[in-house]
Amino acid sequence: MGIEQILAAIPWEKIIIQTVNGIVTGMILALIASGLTLIFGIMDVVNFAHGELFMLGAYVGVVVIATSGSFWLALIVATLVVALLGAALQITTLRPLLGRDPLTTILATFGISLVLQNYALWQFGPVARKIQEPFTGYFTLFYLEYPWYRLLIAALSAAIIGAFWLFLKYGKYGVWIRATTQDRVMAQAMGIPVPWVHTGAFAIGAGMAAASGVLFGPLVGVNHAMGLDWILKAFIVVVVGGMGSLGGSIAASIFISLLEAYASIWVSPAQAVIVSFVVLILTLLFRPTGLFVPTPK
Amino acid sequence: MSKRSATVYWTGFSIILALLIVAPLVLPEFWRRFVTEILIWGLLAMSSDILIGYTGMVSFGHSAFFGLGMYGAAAALLMIKPPNLWLAIVYGLIGSAAVALFVAYFSTRLRDIYFAITTLIFSQIFYVVIFTWTEVTGGENGLSFRRPPLAIPGLFSVPFTSETLHWFVLAVVTASYLILRRITQSPFGMVLQSIRENEGRTRAIGYAVERYKIAAVMLSGLFAGLAGVLYAIQNRFAAPDFVYFLVSGETVIFNVMGGIGTLVGPIVGAGFFLLLREAFSRFFTEYYLIPVGVIFIAMVIFMPQGLLGFMRRWLNQ
Repeated sequence: MGIEQILAAIPWEKIIIQTVNGIVTGMILALIASGLTLIFGIMDVVNFAHGELFMLGAYVGVVVIATSGSFWLALIVATLVVALLGAALQITTLRPLLGRDPLTTILATFGISLVLQNYALWQFGPVARKIQEPFTGYFTLFYLEYPWYRLLIAALSAAIIGAFWLFLKYGKYGVWIRATTQDRVMAQAMGIPVPWVHTGAFAIGAGMAAASGVLFGPLVGVNHAMGLDWILKAFIVVVVGGMGSLGGSIAASIFISLLEAYASIWVSPAQAVIVSFVVLILTLLFRPTGLFVPTPK
Repeated sequence: MSKRSATVYWTGFSIILALLIVAPLVLPEFWRRFVTEILIWGLLAMSSDILIGYTGMVSFGHSAFFGLGMYGAAAALLMIKPPNLWLAIVYGLIGSAAVALFVAYFSTRLRDIYFAITTLIFSQIFYVVIFTWTEVTGGENGLSFRRPPLAIPGLFSVPFTSETLHWFVLAVVTASYLILRRITQSPFGMVLQSIRENEGRTRAIGYAVERYKIAAVMLSGLFAGLAGVLYAIQNRFAAPDFVYFLVSGETVIFNVMGGIGTLVGPIVGAGFFLLLREAFSRFFTEYYLIPVGVIFIAMVIFMPQGLLGFMRRWLNQ
């Protein structure tokens, strides 16, 4: 078989379509994972309930759209409501655990995720709800009518992550967050109200998860179990990206989503998940500190 | 163990065992089944206690071992005619041991939270494989089969009734408890506990910590697989739901509720959880996890030692 035949056998059109798809999912995943990484980095909490915050964000979006009809209002309200809920959860359950074994926080947030998931099932029922896209334009991508909305999701996610990065870099409270992440005790000594920085960081992470829930809602139905898939993916991403590294988890999100998108050219999407598992195993074997972080000294 | 303390311990052990032996004779059918189920889930939780309580590694992937135990038993019961109870156990143990070796090899490279997350993801790998490989595993529907008779070749063969099933499960769980108790008190068990207390120092003394951890995960996986076999025999099916990570989460809940590092605590925790589920199901129907979850969170915060935590030292002497 000659080179030309091999080149001809590669489905370029599909690959380009899947590249776009992979980047769109990757940006959503990055938005979820960066909240998770922020929370882990600052207070050593692995937030098992992050997927449920994503799911609740989508449901708040559904409710607001049903009453007001505005997608953008829903996006803002869902972010704020879930951020407040996150702050309340942090104050009631995680603050008492500060200073205990980080593993206890996994248990507590796992409990929270069970409660929230079943609350959503009880409140909204098992039937998936639909969020209407804010606009329904299409453009032609080879043989597909590709919705503009998907590209908008990727752009908005990137914008939110970018804004968040600028906030961490230059905002007063962003500096507080970074200081607390680096050295909790020293930050406290410098007069930073560490417990409130924790609460604030948790609220920001929760809000980001909720925003991604609303943005992603139109692509799939909104149901009570939708958080589970994403939390697992986000966990894979934070391990592969190097836990606690924001840039690493964003890179890993896109990397893994692209790989899954390419894999689903040949196998069913349910089996494409195995690709990200394989990436995880290889990472653990050869570089357990994470693929996208500098080698630790 | 002082002599008097030993007497008290074994007396208590005998009384509880005796109560569990007569339980199926006095309880109505529903509660009979309920107690058997507590014992099976208790065995799963107890196996995970080897990791959580004694080695200090929280596994969120025990559903993989449990599920492979179920599917191993299913394979033996479906492929081999006539169905044989002991072969089902052997196949189940082989299945869970293979998975445990795989999981142990990779996940013991990581510690603490990372270990928890990787075990969780590994259990999901097996879930996806089982869920999508429909030709072999029956996919979403799972596999159903007939219950094998309780038989010792050449001696006797009787079909299981709910009483004999209970006694069989009780015998397996009691034997497992005694074996695990012996192991945790052995030099091997002491090394595991020293890994929990201070991993760096244990390595510095010269123990190959990684090998001990792999052995601990495999041991834990074997007993979890045994629980899976028992559950498969009790319910006559194997389903992917039991490989899903919620089962792993429940296993951790049993441990925390009952008290980690006690071996009996997890069984008590399983009983407590199932009782709560039973009680709250009456008012909340299938949303019982809302109140149970709140109780669990409260216990994590206010009662981290669990129900039996106060007698941890005494139970381990």
